[in-house]
Amino acid sequence: MKSASAWVANLLMPLVGLGLTLLIWQLIAGHTEMRRQADGTTEEVKTGLVKDLPGPYTTWQKTSRYIVEPFAKREELDQGVLRFTWYSLIIVAKGYAIALLLGTPLGFFLGLSKSFSRMFDPIIQVLRPVSPLAWMPLGVVLFSNAGRSANELAALFTIAVCSMWPTVLNTAVGVRAIPQDYLNIARVLKLSRWQTLVKIMIPATLPYMFTGYRLSLGIAWLVIVAVEMLTGRIGIGNFLWNEYNNGLYTSIVLCIITIGVVGFLLDRGMSLLERRFKTA
Amino acid sequence: MAFLEISNVSKGFGPAGHRTEVLRDLNLSVERGEFVAVVGYSGAGKTTLINLIAGLQRPDSGSVKLDGVEITGPGPDRGLVFQNYSLLPWLTVRENIALAVNQLFPDWSATRRREHLEHHIGLVGLTHAGDRRPAELSGGMRQRVSLARALAMDPQVLLLDEPLGALDALTRATLQDEISRIATASGKTIVLITNDPDEGILMADRILPLSAGPGATLGPAVVVDLERPRDRKALNHDPRFKAIRGEIVGWLLGPGARKTTTVSRVLVLPDLLPENLDQPRTRFGVKRAPRRRSEEHRETVQVN
Repeated sequence: MKSASAWVANLLMPLVGLGLTLLIWQLIAGHTEMRRQADGTTEEVKTGLVKDLPGPYTTWQKTSRYIVEPFAKREELDQGVLRFTWYSLIIVAKGYAIALLLGTPLGFFLGLSKSFSRMFDPIIQVLRPVSPLAWMPLGVVLFSNAGRSANELAALFTIAVCSMWPTVLNTAVGVRAIPQDYLNIARVLKLSRWQTLVKIMIPATLPYMFTGYRLSLGIAWLVIVAVEMLTGRIGIGNFLWNEYNNGLYTSIVLCIITIGVVGFLLDRGMSLLERRFKTA
Repeated sequence: MAFLEISNVSKGFGPAGHRTEVLRDLNLSVERGEFVAVVGYSGAGKTTLINLIAGLQRPDSGSVKLDGVEITGPGPDRGLVFQNYSLLPWLTVRENIALAVNQLFPDWSATRRREHLEHHIGLVGLTHAGDRRPAELSGGMRQRVSLARALAMDPQVLLLDEPLGALDALTRATLQDEISRIATASGKTIVLITNDPDEGILMADRILPLSAGPGATLGPAVVVDLERPRDRKALNHDPRFKAIRGEIVGWLLGPGARKTTTVSRVLVLPDLLPENLDQPRTRFGVKRAPRRRSEEHRETVQVN
C-alpha cells in the first residue's frame, strides 16, 4: 500500500505538469475566426501569439477521427494513427534487429582486441555522428536495383547503420569492464574460450549491452520519421509529411505527440528489460 | 621434497629501469596436509605470493612446484578464496558452485554432482540461501560461498588470500573458527595469507612472517603448537599464545623485517644571481629571465 504522498508525487504531479503545458499551449496558440465583411463576404482572420499553431482543443476537434478509430483504414493515406504507427514499428523492428545482430559482435571484437579497436575505433567515431538524412540517399542508391523491395532495403539500411553505434560502443565498454576476477575464475576452472565467452563474458557484459540496446532503440525510432519522409513508405512519419504538404497543421501536432508517446513507451519497456539484467 | 615447494622466487613489476622488486629470493615449503599462514604488512607482496602459487602470475626467477611439478598456470588443483569473494553476480549460490562442479567433474552422474554440491553448501551452512544471488548475501555469507566453491573443486591446495579482510570483527571471529574447523576436517593443504598475526595463530599450524617490501622475503617459521580446536577466549591468557605472538610481531617490527637501503641522488640547487637593474629588462621585445647558476650536489641518504 503506497502512502498518499507517494501517490501525489507519482501521479498527481505529472498531471499538474500536463495541465500547465496544455494551458500554455492554449494561451500561445492561434485562433481562427470568421468575420463578416461590410460587403457581405466572410473572411478568415487568424489571431494569437503563434498564429499558425493550432491549440489543443482545435487539434482534438480536427484529428479525433484518427484517434477514436486508431486502426481504421479508410484510404491508403487516411488511416488511424495507431495503424500508421504499427507500419512504422514493423520497419523499425526489422532495422533495429539488424543493428543488434551486427552491433553486438562488433562491440565484442572492439572490447576484446586492442588492435582491432585501434584499427576501427576512429572510423566508428567518424561514422557515428552522421545524420540519417545523409545515410538515406546512399541507401537508396545502394539498393536501387532491388526492384520492389528497394525502398524497404534502403530504409532498413539507414535505420541499422544509424542505430547500431550505441550498441557497439556500450558492448565494447562492457567487455573491457569485465573484472579480472571473473576471468580468473575461468582460468582456474580451465574453461575453454567458448565456455568463457558464454558463461562469463556475455553475462558480465549484459547490463552494458542492454544500455546500448535501449539507446539504439531510441535512435531507430528517431530515424524512422526521416526515412519515411524521404522514401514515401506508409507510416507515421510519412503521414506527418503528407499532412504538412496538405497544410493540415493539427495532424502534425497529433503525429508529434504520437511519435513522442511511442518513443517514451519503447524506452520504458527497454529500461524494464535493462533492469531485469542488472547484476551486482 | 615438500608437497608445495617455492624456491628462490623473485618477482617484480614495472618497466625495465623503474622496476620494483616485490618478492626477492623467497623460499617456502609446505608439507601435505599442513596449514600454513603467511603474515605480513599490507602491500608487502602477500597477494603476489599467492598469485604465484595459483599460477595467475609467473615468477621472474626461481620455481614454484606442487607435488614435484612446476606450476605454469592456474588450475583447479589449487582452490582460491579471495578477499573480494570473486562470485559471479548473475548466478545464485548454487549456480556459482555448480559452475565449478560441472566443469571439473563431467564424468560424474547428475545425481552425484548434485549431492557433491549440496554437501558443500551444507558444509558452510548455506543450504537455506542456496537460491539467492551474491548481492542478497552479507559479506560473511559470500565468503562462505567462495570457500564452499573452492572446497567443492576438491583441490590439492587451498589458497586463502586475506579471506576475512573485508569483514567486520564479529563476523571475522565466527568465520575464523568455522574455516579452521572445516579446513582442518578436510585435511587439505592450506596456505592462508593474512595481515593479522592473531588470525594466523588461531588457524594455522605454522606461521611465516613476510618482511615489508620492496624485496620482501619470509622470516623464520614459527610453529603453533596449540592443540585444536582452539578457543579464542582461553587463548588470550595462554602464555604459549603470547610467546608465539611476541615472536612474530617482534620479527615483523624488528630489524629482521625492515631493511635500510641507501639512496644516492643528485640534487640540483637553484641559485639565483642578483639582477642587474641597469640593464634593460627586455631585449628585442623578449623579456629576459633572471639568470641562474645551478649547482649540483651529490648526496646519499639512508632510508629506513
